[in-house]
Amino acid sequence: MNKINQLFQQDLKVINIGLESFYRDLKEQKTKVIHVNWRPTAGGNKRLIALLAQLKK
Amino acid sequence: MKIIYEIRRNTYYDSVTLMLITKEVKKKTGVIEVLLGMATDLNKELAINLNLCSKEIEEAGVNDFFISVLTETDLDIKEILKDVDELLMSNKNDDQAEYSPVTLDSALKYQPDSNIVLISVAGQYAAEEARKALEQGLHVMLFSDNVSLDEERELKQLASEKGLLMMGPDCGTAIINHVPLAFGNVVRKGNIGIIGASGTGTQEVSVLIHKLGEGVSQVLGTGGRDLRKEIGGIMMLQGLKSLLMDPQTKVIVLISKEPDGEVADRILKLVSTSHKPVVINFIGGNKEEIEKYGAYRAITLEDAAYKAVSLLRGIQLKDFEDFSFDSSIIHKIVKKEVAGFHPSQKYIRGFFTGGTLADEAMKLIADFSLPLSDNTSNTKNICIDLGDDQFTLGRPHPMIDPAIRAEWLLKSASDDEVALVLLDFVLGYGSHKDPVGEMIPAIKESKKLMKERGRSLSVVASICGTELDPQNLIESSRRLEDIGVILMPSNAQAARLSALILKGIENHGGVADE
Repeated sequence: MNKINQLFQQDLKVINIGLESFYRDLKEQKTKVIHVNWRPTAGGNKRLIALLAQLKK
Repeated sequence: MKIIYEIRRNTYYDSVTLMLITKEVKKKTGVIEVLLGMATDLNKELAINLNLCSKEIEEAGVNDFFISVLTETDLDIKEILKDVDELLMSNKNDDQAEYSPVTLDSALKYQPDSNIVLISVAGQYAAEEARKALEQGLHVMLFSDNVSLDEERELKQLASEKGLLMMGPDCGTAIINHVPLAFGNVVRKGNIGIIGASGTGTQEVSVLIHKLGEGVSQVLGTGGRDLRKEIGGIMMLQGLKSLLMDPQTKVIVLISKEPDGEVADRILKLVSTSHKPVVINFIGGNKEEIEKYGAYRAITLEDAAYKAVSLLRGIQLKDFEDFSFDSSIIHKIVKKEVAGFHPSQKYIRGFFTGGTLADEAMKLIADFSLPLSDNTSNTKNICIDLGDDQFTLGRPHPMIDPAIRAEWLLKSASDDEVALVLLDFVLGYGSHKDPVGEMIPAIKESKKLMKERGRSLSVVASICGTELDPQNLIESSRRLEDIGVILMPSNAQAARLSALILKGIENHGGVADE
């Protein structure tokens, strides 16, 4: 079975990155969810982000 | 006049939270203008335009949070900060003990069995987060917009290779395993699967299926550009294959604006191999083409819901292009509304929060030879999507904060030529907690202003929502009807009724002239 059809058989377990209201909505529905306290990588410095991405490769 | 401000280094809040708090602070006595934001280039530009910028704000970075207030009084920034902190706290999780990791990797360590990531960070960072998630073997729903077509194609190709969902960018709605994600209504579980490239269009179809007594198996979003040539319908094809294999899905509905010809062909070819009935609402799509491949073409979002339900129940299909009520009732409503107008009243103002709902209304009203314009400087028939980028700069989408629509409504109430206002109300998760309540004062005031000038304002609306949504559908409906709003069962019917009323004015005027 492909991964999408596998997902249809599982309980949804969500990672929320961004708007906290989406996290609260999922919590209210008793869906398993974790909110990432996200902030821009490398202070949003595009050059640094590109360098970090290179390093990870 | 003076500017008072504060900058907090390395303190991050999301844009919607800050925009909603900005609105609250603006109500405070002594505040002429205010802006709360992360010190991004966009927010700094906004601060300059609003005369709220300082040298320190200009020098702040994207991880710094600033509050800047323009005041005429001796208002102290500390007073503002106290209010802001209280509002920020009230927006925080109830459960403060909840662990919030700072990266996707650490979230995965904490919740290793996660299977989907919902991403809504600013567009310039969104593709990178989505890529990381896909590489970890996770399905993605990408709500953010402002992601380039190249990035979208790369992400979707990667997802396709890995057999994962890549819903979006700019994907507003999905219901996976009965859980609404981002903007979604609470809809009964059932056997109709939907794949939509348009957010509120998809919500409307899922709600109408529910109202007709059936339910949905899965609702997948693709993002608005999936069926463009550059993307090639990768997500719709992927989603379609999975719904064809899903035992819960017995009927499939595909929703999109008019797709690229080659992409449509590719999708229709896959549809032609389907052993399940497929209903297609490609707004403006080619009927013959769709039917040639053995699919069923829907003329409106409502018709798509009716056809899907009929196919599921094995009932004979017919186009639903009328009203749920008897024509004598419709005739009576039209007659009553037209009789109340002053001879100067002849135009419609459609103020929408849902983009696809606005598109559908424009198309349906134009079918009555009543062309609508989305040009706001037009003084005749206007229909606007207030969620369009031109209206949302520095403020939340009107489905989250409908205040902008109340402003437009009140403005139109001073126009002697306006006869009718057409509105949509979108309930469900993600939306404002009481979209109806937010509009009621403006509707009442507009009707009053018109009455004082010897005129009558018709307000026609529809609610995209179910009785299971967190907002109370029944109460919402009752409150609108109590103040004289004509509530129709669908967006298509609300648009059609509005057109009939406008036509009624033309005919009425003709009779009077004789």
